[in-house]
Order: sequence, then C-alpha cells, then structure tokens
Amino acid sequence: MEHQHETYYVPEQSKLPIFASIALFLTVFGLGNYLNELSADKDGSGFTIFLVGFALLAFVLFKWFSIVVDENMRGLNSAQLKRSFVWGMGWFIFSEVMFFSAFFGALWYLRNMSLPHLGTGPTSELLWGGFQADWPLMVTPDMAANGEGAGVFGPEKNMSNPGVGNWTGWLPFWNTLVLITSSFTVHFAHTALKNNKKGGLFGFNAWLGLTVVLGIIFLILQVEEYLHAYQHMGLTLETGVYGTTFFMLTGFHGLHVTMGTFMLLVQWLRSVTKGHFSHHDCFGFEASSWYWHFVDVVWVALFIFVYIMG
Amino acid sequence: MLSISKRSLALLFAFSIVVLPSLAAAGEWQLNMTEGVTEVSREVYSLHMTIFWWCVGIGAVVFGVMFYSMFAHRKSRGAEAAQFHHSTKLEIVWTVIPFAILIAMAFPATSTLIKIYDTADADVDILITGYQWKWKYEYLGEDVSFFANLSDSSREEIYTKDAKSENYLLEVDQVLLIPTKKKVRFLVTANDVIHSWWVPDLAVKRDAIPGYINEAWTYVEEPGLFRGQCAELCGKDHGFMPIVVKAVEQGEYDAWMAEKRAAAAAVAEAAKQTLTFDQLYAEGESVYETYCAACHQAGGEGIPGMFPAIKDSTIATGDIKLHLDRVINGGQGMPPFGEQLTPVQSAAVITFQRNAFGNNMGESVQPIDVVNFKQGQ
Amino acid sequence: MAHGPAKGLSRWFYTTNHKDIGSMYLWFSFAMFFLGGIFALVIRAELFQPGLQIVEPGFFNQMTTMHGLVMVFGAVMPAFVGLANWMIPMMVGAPDMALPRMNNWSFWILPFAFAMLASTLFMEGGAPNFGWTFYAPLSTTYAPASVTFFIFAVHIMGASSIMGSINIIATILNMRAPGMTLMKMPLFVWTWLITAYLLIAVMPVLAGVVTMMLMDIHFGTSFFDAAGGGDPVLFQHVFWFFGHPEVYIMILPAFGVVSAIIPTFARKPLFGYSSMVYATASIAFLSFIVWAHHMFTVGMPLLGEVAFMYATMLIAVPTGVKVFNWVTTMWRGSMTFETPMLFSIAFVVLFTIGGFSGLMLAMAPADFQYHDTYFVVAHFHYVLVPGAIFSITAAVYYWLPKWTGHMYDETMGKVQFWTAFIGLNITFFPMHFSGLAGMPRRIPDYNPLWADWNMISSVGAFMFGAAQLLLLYNVVKTIRGGKKATAEVWEGSHGLEWTVASPAPYHTFTTPPEVK
Ligand code: HEA
Ligand code: HEA
Ligand code: HEC
Ligand code: CUA
Ligand SMILES: [Cu+2]
Repeated sequence: MEHQHETYYVPEQSKLPIFASIALFLTVFGLGNYLNELSADKDGSGFTIFLVGFALLAFVLFKWFSIVVDENMRGLNSAQLKRSFVWGMGWFIFSEVMFFSAFFGALWYLRNMSLPHLGTGPTSELLWGGFQADWPLMVTPDMAANGEGAGVFGPEKNMSNPGVGNWTGWLPFWNTLVLITSSFTVHFAHTALKNNKKGGLFGFNAWLGLTVVLGIIFLILQVEEYLHAYQHMGLTLETGVYGTTFFMLTGFHGLHVTMGTFMLLVQWLRSVTKGHFSHHDCFGFEASSWYWHFVDVVWVALFIFVYIMG
Repeated sequence: MLSISKRSLALLFAFSIVVLPSLAAAGEWQLNMTEGVTEVSREVYSLHMTIFWWCVGIGAVVFGVMFYSMFAHRKSRGAEAAQFHHSTKLEIVWTVIPFAILIAMAFPATSTLIKIYDTADADVDILITGYQWKWKYEYLGEDVSFFANLSDSSREEIYTKDAKSENYLLEVDQVLLIPTKKKVRFLVTANDVIHSWWVPDLAVKRDAIPGYINEAWTYVEEPGLFRGQCAELCGKDHGFMPIVVKAVEQGEYDAWMAEKRAAAAAVAEAAKQTLTFDQLYAEGESVYETYCAACHQAGGEGIPGMFPAIKDSTIATGDIKLHLDRVINGGQGMPPFGEQLTPVQSAAVITFQRNAFGNNMGESVQPIDVVNFKQGQ
Repeated sequence: MAHGPAKGLSRWFYTTNHKDIGSMYLWFSFAMFFLGGIFALVIRAELFQPGLQIVEPGFFNQMTTMHGLVMVFGAVMPAFVGLANWMIPMMVGAPDMALPRMNNWSFWILPFAFAMLASTLFMEGGAPNFGWTFYAPLSTTYAPASVTFFIFAVHIMGASSIMGSINIIATILNMRAPGMTLMKMPLFVWTWLITAYLLIAVMPVLAGVVTMMLMDIHFGTSFFDAAGGGDPVLFQHVFWFFGHPEVYIMILPAFGVVSAIIPTFARKPLFGYSSMVYATASIAFLSFIVWAHHMFTVGMPLLGEVAFMYATMLIAVPTGVKVFNWVTTMWRGSMTFETPMLFSIAFVVLFTIGGFSGLMLAMAPADFQYHDTYFVVAHFHYVLVPGAIFSITAAVYYWLPKWTGHMYDETMGKVQFWTAFIGLNITFFPMHFSGLAGMPRRIPDYNPLWADWNMISSVGAFMFGAAQLLLLYNVVKTIRGGKKATAEVWEGSHGLEWTVASPAPYHTFTTPPEVK
C-alpha cells in the first residue's frame, strides 16, 4: 500500500472512492424513492435502499479515515500532504459557510424584501385581504385572506427575544452559553496538548471530553426546544415562513453540531484508547476543533439574526 | 489551408460588420427589435441601437487589428516574432476607454429605466392574472373581467400539415381593450406558476409572480392592435398563451365596457334555464375541448404522473359535490374554473365528464346547481 | 513510484492517478456532450418549422431542460476538470494531485449522478421540465415527481465539484515545484485557481436552493410560496447567486486555455501576463454582484435594477482587457494556424460577439425586450459553444500529442474546425434575429414570422453535430496511432508540460523540477 518518497506520497490504487460513490448513490436514490413514496402514499423499497446505502457510506468513510490515520501513524504522510489536509479542511469549512449563507440570505430577503411587498399596496389589498407584515410572522398571507387569526400565538409564544430581564428562563440563552463555553474548552484542550499535557484533570482528554459533553447537552436542549415548539406552541415547519426559516436554520445548525460532536468524540476515543495525538501531530483533532469553532460562530449568527432580532 | 482560413474569417468579419447592421437597419419587426408605439418603447429601441453600434465599432477596431496581424504577421510571410510582452500604458488606455463608453451608455439607460418605473397617476387600472395557460383581465373598479385563451382557430392548426396562418398562435378569443391617450397601469400577478406578460410594441414585459403584484404601465397614442406572448416558461403550454391588446379611442372603449356589462347580466340570466341532457352533453364536449383537453387530453386519459385521467376518475364517477368543487375551485395543479366558465358551461362540462369516456353515470348537472354550489361556499 | 498503470478495468475503478482520472473526466464529458447534443437536435428538429411534428410540448420542455443541465453540468464543467487534472500537476511540476484518492471519488460520483438524472426521462410524469434554471413554483408545487431525483443529483454533483475544487486549490497552493512562484504559474493554472474558488463559493448555495425546494415539496415549508409568506423571487435570487458565477466557471478556464495556445502559435510571450491575472480576479469578484441581471423583469425595486445594471456593465472592462491582450499577443508575432490556433482565434472573435450581446442584455431597459427571447439564447450559445466548447476542443488538439504521444491529422483537424465553425454560425447567428423579432425561448411551436431563421438554425445544428463526429474520429485515430510526437510538440511551446516525454510518463515529476 505504501510508497515512500522524500517529499511526496502518492497512494496506490484504492477501492474506497468507487465504493463511496456507489454508497452515496444508493443513499440519495433510496431517499428520493422514499420521499416520493411518502408523498404518493405508496409502499416501496426506498427506505431500505437508503439504509443500505447509508450503512455502506458510513462503513467506507470509516475505512477511509482509518487508512488515512494509519498512514499517518506509520509516518508516510509528508509535511506537504499534511498542508494539503489543512487547505482541504479549511476550504471545506468555507463551503459550509456558503451553505449557511444561502439560508441566512433567504431569511434576510424574506423579511426585508418579500414581507414588505406582501404587506403593502395592491399586493396586500387585492390578493391577501389586507395582510399585515409583522415579524415574527404569526398570521400568514393565506390566513389573512381567509380571515383566520394566528395559529401560533405570539409574541411571547414564539422563539424571539423575551427581553434581557427574562433571559434566565429563555432556553436559547442557555444554549448560547453552552456552545460558547464549549468553544473555550476545545481551545483549552488544544493548549493542553501543545503543553504535552494529555491526562489529568486539566489535560487534553479531560477538556476534550468536556467539550463533547457540552455538545450533547446543547443537542438535548435543542430537542427540548423543538418539542416545546411543536407540542405547546404549534410552531412547525408548516406554519409559514417564520417556522420555515426558524427550523431550517436551527435544524441545519443542529445537524452540524451533531456532526461536530461526533467528530470530537472520535478524536477523544482515538486519544483515550489508542493514545493518538501529540503536540506536533494532531491534525485530526485540529480539524475537528476548527469545525467546532465554525459551528459555534454559526450559532452566534443564529442567536443574533434568528432569536434576538426575531 | 492558410489562405482558406484567412478568407473565411474575413467573410465572418464581413458578415458581422456589414450584413448584420444592414439587415437590422433594413428590416422591420422581422429582423430587428420593434420600435413600438409608445415613448418608452422608442427610447428602448434607440438604446438598443446605440449600444449595438458601439459594439459594432469596437468590434471593427478589435477584429480589424487582429485580422491585419493575422495577415501581416504570419510565419509563412517570414514574420519574425517580436518579444515585447507588456505595457502599462496600453493596459491603462484600454481599461479607461471602455469604461468611459460604459458611463456614456449608463445615462440614457438609467433615465429610461426611471420612466419605466413611474407607475403613478394612472387613468385605468387593469389587474392581469396569469393562469396555466391563459390570461385573466380585470378592470379595477369597473366590474368587468374576462379570460383570454388561445383562439380555437390557432389551436386547430397546430397539428395540421398546412402552412400556418399569419397570426398563428398569436390570436386570442378575447382581446384586451385599452383606451388611447390614457395612462394605463397593469397590475400583474399569477395564480399558479410564474408567467410573464409581454407585448413588444408597448415594450412592457413584467413577470407575473403568484402571490405578488408587479406594476407596469403604458400610454398608447394611436389606435392599433398589438400582439405578444407569455415570456416565462410556465409549463406544458407556455408557447400557447398569447396576448392581444387593442387600443381604441375613448368613445369606443366606453361602448365596449357597457357591452361587457350587459353580457355579464345575460350570463346570469342564462344560468336560470334548465337544459336537456343532450344540450348539456354537446355544450360540455366543446367546453372540454377548449378548456380541459390541454391537460386531461382529448380522450380523457390524462398524462400519467402529471394530470389525472377523467376516464374512470374517482371524482368524475363519484360524489357530484366533489366534482363541482374540483372544477370550480381547482386543486393541486388544477386551475379553478369557477370564474372563467359560465354556470351553463360548468354544468355542461361536468355533465360531459360524468358521461363521456365510458364513465356513463347517466346523470346531468344543471346551471342552477352550479350557482347554488358557489353560493353555498 | 516506478509502477505504471494497473491492468484491466481496475485501473479505472481504483485509480489514484491524475492522468487516468483526467482521461475519465474527459471521456465522460464527451459522452455527456453527445447526449446533450442529441437533446438539442430533438429541439432543433421540432423547431425546424411551425406546428408540432415530432414531440409533444411536455416532452419538448423536458428536452430543453435536460439539454441545458447536461451541457452545463455534464459536458462543460467535467471537461474543464478533466483538463485541470491532466495539466495542472504537469504545469506546476507536481507528481499528482494533492489528494489523489478524493480525486477519484470526485469523478466517480458523476456517472451515478447523471445516470440518476437521465433515468428521470423514463419515470412516470417524465423528466424535469422546468428549464435548467428550474424556477419555483413550476419546479416545486407543479413539478413531476422526478424532481426529487433531480434535486439529489444536483446535491451529489455539487459534492463532487466541491471536492474537485478543494483538490485543485490544494494542488496549486501546495504542490508547486521549487521556484514556481504564483506569478510564474501558467495562466491556465491561475484561471483554474480562481475558478475553484468560485466553485467552492457557489456550489453550496446551489445545494442550499435545491434543499429549500426539497423542503417545500416534501415537508410543507413555504420558502417559495406566498401563501405562507414566502416568495418565488427568493428562489431566483438564490439560484442566480449561484448561476451567474457558474457561467464564469464555464469560461475562466477557457481563458486560460486560450492564453496558453495563442502565445505558442504566435511564437511570442503572452502580452500583459499580470494584467491577465488581475482581470481574471476582477471578473471573478464582479461575478458575485451581478446576479440579478437575469431578473430585470421580476419587479425588483428601481435601485436594485440600476445597481445590478451598472455592475454588470463593468464586467466588460476586465473582459476587454483580456481580449485586447490576446490580440496584442498576436500582433507582430510569427503566426501559424494549426488546428488549436484556429479554434482559439475563433474563440476570441465569437466569444467577443457573445460578450457584446451580453453587454446589450445588461442594459436593463433594453433587456425588457430581450429577456426570455432567442436573443438571449443566441448570447449564451455564443459565449458557451465557441467559448467553452471551442476552447475545450482547442485544448484537446493542443495537448493530445502530449497525452497520446501521437500527432493528430492536421488536415482532418482543419476540416473539423471549418465544419464546426460554419455550422455553429449558421445555427446560432440567426437566433439573434428571431429573438429581436420577438420569438420567446422555451417554446415548441411558433408563429411563421420566425420560420425562416429557425429553419436555417436547424440545418446548422445538424452540421455542427456532424463536426463533433469528426472530432471523435480524430481523437480516436490519434490515440490508436499516428506520427510520433516530440517532447516539445509545438515549435513555440513553453512550460513544464513540454519538458517531459510525449506521451507523458504515468507519474510525471517524481522529483520536482527546478523552475528558474
Ligand atoms: C460562459 C458563459 C457566459 C459568459 C462569459 C457571459 C458573459 C456575459 N453575460 Fe451572459 N449569460 C449566459 C452565459 C454567459 N454570459 C447564460 C448561460 C445566460 C442565460 C441563462 C438562462 O437564462 O438560461 C446568460 C444571460 C445573460 C443575461 C440575462 C439575459 C436575460 O435573461 O434577459 C445578461 C444580462 O445582463 C447577460 C450579460 C452578460 C455580460 C454583460 C457578460 C460579460 O461578461 C461579457 C463581457 C465581454 C465583452 C463585452 C466582450 C469583450 C470586451 C471588449 C472587446 C471590451 C470593450 C467593450 C465594450 C465597452 C462594449 N448574460
Ligand atoms: C455549454 C452549454 C451548451 C452547449 C454546448 C449547447 C449546445 C447546443 N445548443 Fe443549447 N442550451 C444551453 C447550453 C448549451 N447548449 C442552455 C443552458 C440552454 C437553456 C436551457 C433552458 O432554457 O433551460 C440551451 C438551450 C438551447 C436552445 C433553446 C431551447 C428552448 O429555448 O426551447 C436551443 C435551440 O436551438 C439549443 C440548441 C443547441 C444546439 C443546436 C447546440 C449544439 O452546439 C450541440 C451540438 C452537439 C451535438 C449535435 C452532439 C454531437 C453529435 C452527435 C450526437 C452525432 C449525431 C449528429 C449528427 C449526425 C448531425 N440550446
Ligand atoms: C392546467 C392543467 C389542467 C386543466 C386545464 C384542467 N385540469 Fe382538471 N386537473 C388538473 C390536475 C393537475 C388535477 C389533479 C388535481 C388534484 O389532484 O388536486 C386535475 C383534476 C381534475 C379532476 C379530478 C380527477 C380525479 O379523479 O382526481 C376533475 C374532475 C377535473 N380535473 C376536471 C377538469 C375540468 C372540467 C377542466 C376544464 C374545464 C379541467 N379539469 C382542466 C389539471 C388541469
Ligand atoms: Cu405563461 Cu409562459
Ligand atoms: Cu449572468
């Protein structure tokens, strides 16, 4: 498998990519079938195909990363390849930033361009029975046209800022605290590693473990928030653009927190069970921690644009 | 080979520099953009020609230099390559000159744009709604509204082998009448997907966005007939939803308005009569061909995955209430026909659907049933 | 690293070699070009004369949509990625791409994505029929069920593009031979570096917009539905934020190719190298702030209209710089006109004509008349076909001797060029006229007013198609044999790729060359 050179390491043939492609294909093909089956109220094998594809994908990626880790442990990776990994992770995170930008942009546009258009002039009068543009949007144009009141009761019953005085009882505030703290703890883990302090109370493993725990706490709180929204407030994906943007933005963020937590957990396991990482060789951890910081920054943006200004 | 390449490139050069503009200048609406009949459309046209000539001029210089060099600086003519490879002065020159040209163009463009956007103080307001695949026109404050479909004469020509008539696909069953020498404001929207209301002679093109109203306006000086088409892909029959606008003097316009109102009253009257099954069926058949066959197909078989079949359809062979509801109010992907069809037509087409294509329900629906259903909502 | 290619099919399935992967990309794109071309021929055949003769309107829309999608995502983009794979490591003096395994993954996603996309043609309700721009709500509430597969196909080819771009950036920034400073890199490398940035910036946005569609279709959200407070125009903004940079993604590498070929056959260094780099960067930057010129008629506020108009017009300036630099490179050169040069010269002329019509479209008030007519179709085919496709063809002829070790048949090359060149102009030039005369795009049937132009276009399309068969013939013939090519291949060629043998060894630079 290996081939060594002073500066370059070019891996030989690999079965991983083609299997990863097949797996990816099965995943989306299955999912597509499944969604169409749901919409058409039909039975089918979509979900099974999806599961098979997803399992295969997980397996291939697991293999892939283990091989990369293994090559690194055997000292095959040149400094240059390591730099390539750094670039790779950096630009991957940038692409994620752009993905979120699309949704933040959508939120901005809907609030600042579409709503005023819907709520004024002939559009409001002739089409939507005098619809009023308010945010958070509790009465949608459709409801206004049909003379309905709010299905979701606001403003104390939506996700927006209840005023600083009430923050202690406001879940998003705690979520923010948890996530910001976790950005610090992951940073402390890094510092500990740089100081060659892996074990012990203030060592790398402890800080990293704490970060994972904070990530999980965040996720639990978010599930709690969603349950509350769906069950007590009647705020769902389907209650107009407020619900749409709220759940899509926080949902994709939550998905990324899940991924980030998982990545950190894997690094923690590598460190604890295999003794990986030293102060000069810890890319797997560093990459995960950058990802974590990115997830954190997105949350801060969410907190400002979705919650505080919501 | 070299000489061929030179000659042919020169030919293309001639083509773009000589042929194109002369065609453009000589041609009328066939080759070039129409000048149109409004102040705005003439401004747009002149903007179009100005930028066009700038491009021709720049092209002549750039391609001229290039072709000269291809001719003179050929290896086969013994040209030795010079080795110069940059000149900051040149770079600045050819950054600044195009920039200046663009600034010169920006002024007229902006002023025309401002005019296009000035929809204030209109004399007549018309709400235009795009449907799959027809237009609805509503004279606001006048109580007059109607739908405009592709005319039957055009529709019949689509599949024939004969040469098409002059206004093939540009003919409608009801033209939009506007008064001359009045500022007419169009409020444009859509009921289902995005359409775009375009009449070249008026230089008006406005997208019809479902749920939103966009504004446009025109001011026509002389009476005339102007044709246009839907300009945004809106599904299967996007190519078959023409627009015809007729500008007439105020007097004629007023008379036409009165006529329209009288016609509406007649329709209400007609809804009170009772028709025989055969009358309904025959009328329904023609309504079906005009309004429904585009989607549900002439044989009632529909298009699987897009439009359900009427033949053996659960609704057309089930509860009449549901059938009425579907036709009058529409559904997912099915336009509402309650306003477009008269009660007589609705009753007829429902009767037709329940008995044609082997549905054989043996029952008929009367216009009064339709009126009652609408009132009961 | 002395090992050569593996035997049999496994070479292609499991490879990590940039040349193998590059070849696969190129062949894949060629196949997609033919597929997209066949769809185009169906369109042209139906439009040969007024009336409906061959296909039904619903199917016609599927053809238009699939033609646009397959050409853009299946033919042009993968072709440029293929060229990047082949040439960038050779041009910067690297042994391979920076992340070779991921490279293979980027490729192999594509055949699956396009198989899934093409299979929608056989599904109930038919293939996507809402145009390659898939405006909501035609593509959501009113779409056939196959739209779900279209969405996922876009997702995974986006993933492929992002991985490909990351790889290219890492290779360029990290794998250059000692002495190869950024400002010494060939322009093809530069243009691809900038293209890769564009891709990473906009493919996720495309993924975002199709995700919104997916949610609207299957999960009841109201991004694009006014009833719930959403907005169909939002779709267009997000789409074109991707879509406009996308068109430069399809032209910047072409600029790079042409900037390599013209100096070779003019036997003179490229004029204004650094201004070329800055112009490319400016175009890339501007491409992010012009998107709404595709939406002049949607009813934007006046201010937006004006701002997007000005920004769009500005793009003519850096693009002009490039055109002027090419012309000046030819000036007082010692020119010969081999096939790659012919294609490049045609590129400069015809792309510029396409650019001019672009500038006309940029005039917002005039665009009210041009928009969604064949004038737009003429514009973008002039920038895409003699732009992207000609530059790719030029690149293939130019580097084919390096890839295969054989010279192509020059006479046949010229025959192909002239058939393509003439066919292309016959096809697309008349569209300017029918467009100005008012023919809307995306219609299966039309008024006799435009009949003559359409008939001419249709004849040209088949001629242009035949030229592509010649290209296939030439390439296959060259692969199978022909005059042996020297390492340098062309008299005036410069650059690292010409210092290695033809065909280039399987692993090009196992030890990095020294660049002075
Ligand atoms: C490779 C692809 C490519 C390229 C490079 C371009 C380049 C440009 N395009 Fe084009 N465009 C498309 C692909 C491309 N386009 C596509 C696919 C569509 C349609 C999408 C769809 O709806 O399906 C489209 C549509 C499109 C529209 C929307 C039309 C409409 O739908 O109504 C507009 C409007 O502004 C536009 C403008 C421009 C401009 C200003 C440039 C400029 O970059 C051109 C700059 C170049 C020059 C100007 C020539 C050289 C310059 C000089 C010689 C200098 C001096 C010149 C002057 C000062 C005049 N394009
Ligand atoms: C890079 C992109 C690209 C390329 C290369 C092309 C290439 C061609 N395109 Fe285009 N086209 C688009 C991108 C492209 N197109 C886009 C984005 C749209 C908009 C879609 C939309 O509206 O949503 C469009 C739309 C479009 C339309 C408008 C459709 C409509 O509005 O309804 C037309 C009409 O003529 C057309 C024609 C052609 C033709 C004739 C070619 C030719 O150049 C094709 C030549 C290739 C071949 C013909 C195949 C090779 C040969 C064979 C398979 C052998 C058999 C042939 C013979 C023996 C003759 N295209
Ligand atoms: C633009 C396309 C279109 C046109 C025109 C159209 N329909 Fe429909 N029709 C549909 C679609 C789409 C549905 C499915 C609606 C749904 O499931 O909610 C439908 C459903 C129906 C149904 C119910 C069929 C079933 O069993 O589900 C009836 C009945 C019907 N249409 C009658 C008509 C009549 C009568 C006309 C003409 C006056 C007409 N339609 C014109 C698109 C159309
Ligand atoms: Cu309506 Cu196109
Ligand atoms: Cu653009």
